[in-house]
Amino acid sequence: MFDVEVQNLTKRFGDFTAVDGLSFAVEHGEIFGLLGPNGAGKSTLIRMLTTLVPPTGGTAKVNGFDIVRQANQVRQSIGVIPQAMTSDLELSAVENLSIFAKLYGIPRERRKRVIGQLLAEVDLTQWADKPVKMFSGGMRRRLEIARGLVHEPKIFFLDEPTTGLDPVSRVAVWDMLAKLKHERDLTILVTTHYMDEADKLCDRIAIIDHGKLAALDSPLKLKASIPGKNILEVSFAGAPADWAARLGRLSDVAEVKNEENIFRISSNNGPRTTIELLEAARGADVAITSLSVQSTTLDDVFVHYTGHQLRDALQAPNATDSPFLMKRP
Amino acid sequence: MHRIWAMIERDLRRFRRSPVLVVVSIIMPLVQLVVLGYAFGGKIKNLQVGVVDEDHGVPAIKLHEMFQAVAANAQTFTPIYYSDKAVALTDLRNGKISGMLDIPPEFSRKILTGANPRVALVEDNTDQFAASALEGSLDGLLPAYNAPTVSPRLSATATLAIVEVYPYVPYIQFLLPGVIVLAIFISAMIGGGIIFIDDKARGLHEGYLVTPISKFELICGFTLSGAAKAIIAGLVLITVGSVIAGIPDPLNPLRLARMFLLVVATAMALISMMFLIMVRVNDPLVPRAVFGMLNTVLYFPSGAVYPTQSFPAWMKVITVVDPFSYAVHGFKELILKNTGLMAISGDLLFLCCFTAAAMTAATLLFRRTL
Repeated sequence: MFDVEVQNLTKRFGDFTAVDGLSFAVEHGEIFGLLGPNGAGKSTLIRMLTTLVPPTGGTAKVNGFDIVRQANQVRQSIGVIPQAMTSDLELSAVENLSIFAKLYGIPRERRKRVIGQLLAEVDLTQWADKPVKMFSGGMRRRLEIARGLVHEPKIFFLDEPTTGLDPVSRVAVWDMLAKLKHERDLTILVTTHYMDEADKLCDRIAIIDHGKLAALDSPLKLKASIPGKNILEVSFAGAPADWAARLGRLSDVAEVKNEENIFRISSNNGPRTTIELLEAARGADVAITSLSVQSTTLDDVFVHYTGHQLRDALQAPNATDSPFLMKRP
Repeated sequence: MHRIWAMIERDLRRFRRSPVLVVVSIIMPLVQLVVLGYAFGGKIKNLQVGVVDEDHGVPAIKLHEMFQAVAANAQTFTPIYYSDKAVALTDLRNGKISGMLDIPPEFSRKILTGANPRVALVEDNTDQFAASALEGSLDGLLPAYNAPTVSPRLSATATLAIVEVYPYVPYIQFLLPGVIVLAIFISAMIGGGIIFIDDKARGLHEGYLVTPISKFELICGFTLSGAAKAIIAGLVLITVGSVIAGIPDPLNPLRLARMFLLVVATAMALISMMFLIMVRVNDPLVPRAVFGMLNTVLYFPSGAVYPTQSFPAWMKVITVVDPFSYAVHGFKELILKNTGLMAISGDLLFLCCFTAAAMTAATLLFRRTL
C-alpha cells in the first residue's frame, strides 16, 4: 500500500484549472518532491491532500484514507507545514507546541515529554520559553516543523519550507528533515522551487507545470533521461537565421534549443563542443556575448520537460499583501 | 471540549502578552463617557439675549427686573439692552446674540387695560438646544410675571405635583449603559472582526483546519475566546465607568453580579453577530470598512444616547432587532434603577436567543476549507 495515492486529481477555480488530472503514488519512507514554478499548482495539490481545499475531480488517499470522505482520519495521520509562517509570535515555543498538542488531543502526561523531545530534535531547547517574535526565520521554521510533528504523524507535508530563508537556514532545515525522516519513519511530501535542494534530498521528484505532471522519477534518472551530459548556454550577437541548425551539426551535440537568443546546447562532450563552437562562431563572424558550460542539473531537466525555465508568474493577490493587515513584530 | 479550551487558551495568552485590544476598547468608550457626559449633561447658561424696550412703562421695567433676576440666579441668559430694534436683529442674524425680546409700544397700556399684552421672542432656531432653553426660561418667567402680588389663601387653579421615583440622573449616568455596551462592541469588533480576519489572511487558521477539530468546536472556540476578551472590557467599564459617572454605591456586589451576567450575555450576542458577519470574509479591509457603519447603525438606534420614543418608524424597526437596544435597556435598569433580574429577564432572553440564532447561522455558513 502507498502512503499517498493520487488518481486523476483535478482542481478548477472557475475557468482556471490549477491542478489538471494529476496521478502519482508515494511510497512509505520516501521524500517526495513536487517541483515547479510559482502558480504551477503545487500548493493547491498539497492543500487538497491535506483536506484544506476540496478537489473538483479525481480521488486521493492519504495513509489509506480518502481525502474527502475520511478527512478527519487524514488529518489525524498527517503533519502539515503551510507556506506562510503561522506560529503565534506573542507565544513562546513551548506554548505554541502545547496549544497544538491540545488541539490534537495529546494527553497531559504525554504532552510534556513529546514537546521536550521535539524541541531537542529541532535544536530549540534553549529557546523553549522565549517568545517566537524573537526567533529568526530559520528558528521559526524549525519550530513549525516541530509543531507539525507534535501528534507523531505518519506523513509530513511541507509547502516550500525553505522559501525566504538564508542559505545557512535552508541547509539546516533540510538536514533536520532528513534526520527526522529516519528517526520517525516518516513519509515526506515537500514542494519547492529550489532545484538544488530537491536534487540533493528527494528520493523522487514530480515536475509539475500548469497543473500537469511533466515528469516523475528519481533525480538521477531524471537527469539521465534528457539528452547530453553537459549543457552549454550561449548567447550571440549577429547570429544568422540558420544558426541553431548549424550548431546542431557540431560534434557530440544532442539537442539545441533557442529561447530569446539564449541557445541551450545539450552535448555528450562539453569541452569538445565548446572548442568547435568557438571556431564556428569565429568562422561565421558571429560574436559570443556570453558562454557557460555545466553538467546537467534539474534546471535542465525542468527546461527539457516543460520547455521553459523557472520564472515568475502572475498569480491572484494574497490577502496578506493588504496594507490594512495589523502589523506584527 | 479540550480543543475549544486550547483555542481559548491560545487567544487569551496572546491577549495577555499584547493587551492593546482591551486598552483600545476601554479607552475610547471612557473618553466618550466623560466628554459626551459632561458636554451634553450640563444646563445651558449665559445665552446673550437682546432686549428692545419700545414701551418704557412701569410694567416693562418690572420685566427688566425679572430678566436681571434670571441673569443673577439661574444665569440661563444675560440681557443686553438695545435702543434700536434693527441693530438687535442684525446682531441676532450675525450670531452675536441668541435671541431678541421685544417689548412693543403700548405694552404697559395693554397690561393695565387687560387688552392681550404680548412680548415677542425672536430666536435663532438654528440651535435648537439654545432656543429650547430660552423658551423654557421665559415660559417659566411669564407666569411669575402674571401672578398676583398677593396670592389668595385658597386657589381654584389645578397644579401638578411631581414625585421623582429615583434620585436625579445626570446625563453622564444616562450615557453609561450605552458606553458599557459600546466597549463590549469595540472589543468584539476588534477581536471577532479585525483580528479574526487578519489571522485568517496570515494563514493562522490553516493551522486549525489541518487538525481534527470539528466545525462546531471551531465556531465555539472563536466565539468564546472573542467573548472572553469582550467580557474583560465590559467588566472594566461597569466598575470604572460607574465610579467615573458617580453611580451611588458603584461596587455593590449584588448589582455587579447581575451586571456580570448581562455583560456575558451581551458579549456573546455581539461576538456571535460579528462572527456571522465575518464568517465568509477574507479581505482585511472589510472589517475596518464596516466598523464605523456598524457602530452608527447599532449604537445610536439603541436608545443609548437619546430616548427611542423620538425615533421615526423605520429606525424603531432597527431598535427592535438591535441587540444593543436590549443590552442598553438591561444596563439602564441595573445601573440607574438598581432593579433585580426579573426586570432584565426579557433583555437576557433576547440576547440568548440572538446568540443561538447567530451562532447557528454562522456554523451553517462556515467553511472548514480554504
